Order: sequence, then structure tokens, then C-alpha cells
Amino acid sequence: MTDTTGLVTRAEYCVVAVAECFRGDGERLANPIGTIPMIGGRLARASFEPDLVMTDGEATLVAGPRPVGETTEPKVIEAWNPYRSMFDIVWSGRRHVMMGASQLDRFGNQNFAFVGPWDRPKAQLLGFRGAPGNTIQNTTSYWIPAHSPKVFVPQVDVVSGVGYDRAAELGPEASRFHEIRRVVTDLGVLDFETPEHSMRLRSVHPGITVDEVVEATGFDLVVGDDVEVTRDPTPDELAIIRDVVDPTGLREREVPNP
Amino acid sequence: MGDKRITEDDVVAELADGMTIGIGGWGSRRKPMSLVRAIARSSLTDLTLVSYGGPDVGLLCATGKLRRVVYAFVSLDSIPLEPHFRVARQSGAVSTLELDEGMFLLGLQAAAWRVPFLPTRVGLGSDLVARQPEIRTVTSPYDDAEELVAAPALTLDAALIHMHRGDLGGNGQYLNVDPYFDDLFCMAAEKRFMSVERIVATDDLLAGGALQTLHINRLMTDGIVEAPFGAHFTECVPDYGRDEAFQQEYAATAKSPEAWAAWQAQYLDCGGHDDYRTVVGLR
Repeated sequence: MTDTTGLVTRAEYCVVAVAECFRGDGERLANPIGTIPMIGGRLARASFEPDLVMTDGEATLVAGPRPVGETTEPKVIEAWNPYRSMFDIVWSGRRHVMMGASQLDRFGNQNFAFVGPWDRPKAQLLGFRGAPGNTIQNTTSYWIPAHSPKVFVPQVDVVSGVGYDRAAELGPEASRFHEIRRVVTDLGVLDFETPEHSMRLRSVHPGITVDEVVEATGFDLVVGDDVEVTRDPTPDELAIIRDVVDPTGLREREVPNP
Repeated sequence: MGDKRITEDDVVAELADGMTIGIGGWGSRRKPMSLVRAIARSSLTDLTLVSYGGPDVGLLCATGKLRRVVYAFVSLDSIPLEPHFRVARQSGAVSTLELDEGMFLLGLQAAAWRVPFLPTRVGLGSDLVARQPEIRTVTSPYDDAEELVAAPALTLDAALIHMHRGDLGGNGQYLNVDPYFDDLFCMAAEKRFMSVERIVATDDLLAGGALQTLHINRLMTDGIVEAPFGAHFTECVPDYGRDEAFQQEYAATAKSPEAWAAWQAQYLDCGGHDDYRTVVGLR
């Protein structure tokens, strides 16, 4: 039996906050990219969102709450999903992806392509990958493991993922499938549930102050009078995280406990 | 059915300076590396490379073969960023057409179907469209009048792919989990060359896998090269996995021109694919 009376770690709050992003998604492809996002997505499916569909990161859709990282647990394959099928899912809108970002602005414009000039970047990063298609065709959330003014910038160098101001300029038809739902970081949770869809502080993780988040953000965050504290995992959720989905503790390596 | 067998050098002889060449596979998976190395050793120059990029892009950047890269990512998978491509980009040595992964697929499909573009919502609002005049929009002629991106056809002078098995006539079979977009690369190209791990008799192909694995038919290919370990050091499961140690060594050479020169002398200047197999110990 897992001892759930011990302290909940920062990484575990991040995992729960990620899982909450997928609440209500039903029978959709939950496609969290990264260690804590994958743990969070699998937690959501193993608890309150059982109909979620998930990939093995390659060419199949797999059942069951498999552990992240190296594992000898057999895969239960539900379906074949080569890259070509993945685009069919994305473009038909039956997906919620959680991506990373090297830069994010207050409207959720994202950059992970490169930093600096177009023809001779200071730092070549991932390229546009699937970000333009993801953001304009299906629900997108972001995971930022180290919240800092270097990531949360007034203006991104390149718009790879489309934010709310750019989407609004396109008009209601072209932007009707655009949704940036949440941004989860090591400090708290952000969303865009404001009149002009600018970024708002939704909750801080226990032990983090609102001022710390504001200081770590390079633009003016919308901060209400009553910022919530990220909820605790239930004992059942904690057991799923610690015993089933991440028994080797990879989450603690991505976000070390302070 | 004719015999389409040729060598890596024959493939290079079909290519010319300034050509636009598409390379199949994905990242550091099932890349036609014996063909890529043959290009790297050749005098070809000024090429445009169209690729779901892996070490094919990095190697041809490092050997100065490329003028332009058309890409959505360039990754070694277990090493997320291709270091030789980064060096080339950050020094301004290559120009780029930046694409979304899915827009890339539509570009190949458009070229294969011989239409100038395919409409999509992908790219709207992003800098792919806002900052690249090569990518334009189109207005739906129907009542919705919606503005969409016209993903431009990626028409290729030549395509290079690597499959697990093939026959003399140029039919090809993949045995891993994903066909990638190798068929589209071939159909988008004027000249189409396929390397394979092994050439087998046509009626032996189905002994290796289900009907659906016969993904490349001979209408798609002009030449077939038998190249065991032809995808090394990229992944070619089930025949062999990625050679991670070798890939790390390759990636580390981006740190200094001296390290790169030593790698080039050992693994490129050693000769053709048979010599490479001997040097690396691939038997």
C-alpha cells in the first residue's frame, strides 16, 4: 500500500494540474507531450476521464494506465495510428494536445521554432513542427517546467503556435476550432478566461505566492482578487501516480521538490 | 517486369547541381543513408532538400551540399535537435522554407496529384504565412467564402527512400510500424530511387509481412539499390535498431571543425557502402 499521508510533492501538484486540463474531454485523443504531461494525461484517464484515447508516442493507440519511461509491461494496442492518421485526427478536431514552448506571450502565441532573425537565428530550435496545425485545428494546452521571464515574454520571436489575438484577427470562421485551454507550469496554472483572452493566473501551487508568479512572468498577467490554490490529489490519484503511472519517480526529475 | 537494380553511384549520376531532392523516412528513422553518403561524397552542390529531417539534413549541411532546406523539424529523435543543421542555420549557410508537418504532407500530396496546392486551415494566423511570401492563401469559391492556406505543391526533381525489402522490378515493402510518407515522396518526384535492405523474389515478399506492407509499387520507382544496413545509423526495425552510440559520436562532431573532419575522413572518405560497412563493422 502506498503511504498517502506523506507530503505531496510539487511535481505531483503539476501532474494533477495537467490531468485537470483534460477534464471533460471525453472520447478524444489526449496527446500530452513531455514527462509530467504524459503522467498527468494517464492519471486523467485512469481516474475521472476514462474514455480518453492515448498514443504510445509512435504508431499505435494503447489502452490501460501504462507506466511512463522504460517498462516491461505489455502494450495493449487498440488501433494503428501512423503519422498520416494522426493528421486526420488533428484536422478533424478530435484531439487535445499539450505542447512545450520556448516562448509564450500574453495571448498564448507560442514559439519553439527558433530564436532571433529568420535567416540566421541565434538559436535554431525545433522548427514549426505541428504547432500551426495543432493550434488552429484542435484544443491546445502548454506545459512549462520552469516558469521564467525568458519563457513568458512580451513578444515571441516567431509565432509557431497561434494565440488568441492572431486567431481573432482571422475572424470567427477561420478561428472556430482554436482553443488554448491552459498553461501549466512548475509554479501554477494559467488560462485565458478573460474578456480579451489575455493570460490570467488561475491557481498557484501550494507553497507558491502570487507575487512569485507575477515576478517570473515577463508581461502583465491578469490576477484576480481571489487566486485559487491548485487542488490536492485525492488518495486514489496519488496512488495511481506513485504506484501505477510513474513508479520510478521520473516526475521528480523534471520538477524537483523545493 | 524489368530489372531496375542500380548502385548508389548510378543514383548520384542521375542527380545534378541545383536539384530539389526529397528524402523519405522520419527524423532518425529509415533514412536512405547509403544514398545520402554517396551524395555527400559527390561533387553535387546547391541542392534543395525536402525532408522530415534527420541526419540526412545534418550530413548534407555539414558537407556543404545544400542551398535550401524545406522542413518542419530536423531531429535525431533521441537527440532532439540535429546539431549539424543548427550550425548551418545559425551561420546562415542554408536558407529555409519553414513548414508545418501536416502542410508538408499536403505539399507532397499536391505534387503527387499534379495540382499546384491543396487547401487547409493549417498555417492560418502563424508566421508560416505571415512571414513567408511563398505561402499564400486562397478564398473558397463556395458560399462559405472561407480564406484558407494554399499549401504549395512540393514538386521534386528526385526522391530517395529506404525500405526493408524489394524486388528487381522496384516494388518495395516496409516491415516497421509506420510507412511514413515514402510513397508520396516518390509520387511527387520526377526520378525515384529506393534502397532496400534485401532484394527478394516477388513471390517471397508476402512471406515477410501482410498485404498492407507492400506500400511501394513499381510505378513509383525508377531504380532499386540493394543496401544491407543502408539506413545505418538511423532506425530500421525489425532489421536493426538505431545505432545510438554511433549517432552520439556523429552529433558530437558538430562541436568543432576538427572533430567533423576526422569523422568525415573515417566514415565518408572511406569509400562506398561496402567499405563503410567494413569500417563500421556492419556484417
